[in-house]
Amino acid sequence: MKELKREDGRKADELRPVVIKAGIIEQADGSAMVSLGKTTAIAAVYGPRIVHPKHKQVSDRAILQTFYSMVPFSTSERVRPGPSRRSQEISKVTREALEPAIFLEEFPKTAIDVFIDIIEADAGTRTAGINAASVALADAGIPMRDLVAAAAAGKIEDHFVLDLRGKEEEETKCDMPVAYMPRKKQVTLLQMDGDLSAEDAKEVMRTAIKGCEILYEKQKQALREKWVK
Amino acid sequence: MAEFIKKEREFVVPGDEIISSMDFLPGRNCLREGNSIYAKRLGIVNLDGRVISVIPLTGVYFPRVGDMVIGEVEDVQSNGWVVNINSAHSAYLPLSGVREFIDTSKTDLSRVYGVGEVIYANIMSVVSSNSIHLSMQDPRCRKFRSGRIVRMNPSKIPRLIGRQGSMIMMIKDLTGCRINVGQNGVICIEGEKEDLVIKAIEVIEHESQSEGLTDKISMLLGGGKTTPLPEKPRREETHEFQMEPAEEPFEDEEMEGEVS
Repeated sequence: MKELKREDGRKADELRPVVIKAGIIEQADGSAMVSLGKTTAIAAVYGPRIVHPKHKQVSDRAILQTFYSMVPFSTSERVRPGPSRRSQEISKVTREALEPAIFLEEFPKTAIDVFIDIIEADAGTRTAGINAASVALADAGIPMRDLVAAAAAGKIEDHFVLDLRGKEEEETKCDMPVAYMPRKKQVTLLQMDGDLSAEDAKEVMRTAIKGCEILYEKQKQALREKWVK
Repeated sequence: MAEFIKKEREFVVPGDEIISSMDFLPGRNCLREGNSIYAKRLGIVNLDGRVISVIPLTGVYFPRVGDMVIGEVEDVQSNGWVVNINSAHSAYLPLSGVREFIDTSKTDLSRVYGVGEVIYANIMSVVSSNSIHLSMQDPRCRKFRSGRIVRMNPSKIPRLIGRQGSMIMMIKDLTGCRINVGQNGVICIEGEKEDLVIKAIEVIEHESQSEGLTDKISMLLGGGKTTPLPEKPRREETHEFQMEPAEEPFEDEEMEGEVS
């Protein structure tokens, strides 16, 4: 099988250039920025803190509230500020991707708020957001079972491709974002847009997981860079 | 004997494996899964006998009974005050926790402690994470009428106080400031050299892991290298653990003659 030629010169199983910085928002309890190529997400974590409105609180654990949003200049066509159906869906799956990692039972009747803003978007925004949120949660001192790393993969022609760029989303037969806790090899987010055989879908997932494992090490490195002087 | 993957005093993040051995017990901020002990929080590995724990480098203040804390009054209620102590929940100071007798039919509670005022209180009870009760009975408790409030990470407070109060006493001596330290990471400084104290606190917060910190702070404050603590008892001055003079009983025109 001939080598796939990706427009940006990457191999099929190569991530875009990754930049992760922890603690960039001083006011927040924890924060992080993650860039995957030209997609950049910033996450800020506040908590555990009192829940507003009070009726939302749960007596035996903390609730996780996630807010995903794209800033107006993140794409060439201005994004209208405010929630949309897409941002609500991504907020929900992000929350479900992070909840299994957090020891919510240790903080009853509180909320842990995670704000994710995409400041530039070139595909893979929800994965960048989840990567940033994980680092921000650790940076805030929240007890977790593991960090959560996320990456998206697809299939272009006959190749299984990792970390799709905006343009590649049009060529790919499927777009599959995956969030993963590498320590126990557990998947916390799995979505797929596309049409594939079961075998191919499994292979795409494996490709995404390999990307997660690489990002996981970079997340740890970013935290170390901030905290160890 | 198994090898430590993350040694003592090494930095760990959630999910890091510390050791793969059944000879040790998982302590605070650690968990055991199978044969291994993993870190739950971002912090430093600590070994105490057979117990492995992680000292967190960050995170909200976790209230403990007996801690002295500095908090800001958020709300005045019919029988007490709600106080923000930088924890996951606000704390409550009931009327019974105040030293003087207060006749609620004659006194407006906000005249005792008003919204926005800052107090040095003691944690009397922690029934659950959202039921923290304070008291002002401890002789060190007072209301701050002046001074600067500085926040630092609660996990670094022990480093600010030092062994048996040595670090904080040194800072007080070298700057002549009155410093009250809350275990919740809030510090109140009163005196002329407030800026110098704040600088010292910043250095301690950023370099709490390094050796020779006491000397560094001493030099920063113009004290030269530190000498070992003298054997004879220190002079009576503003000592962290000595009884502070009780706060003047608050005065209210109608109450004259009734204050105990």
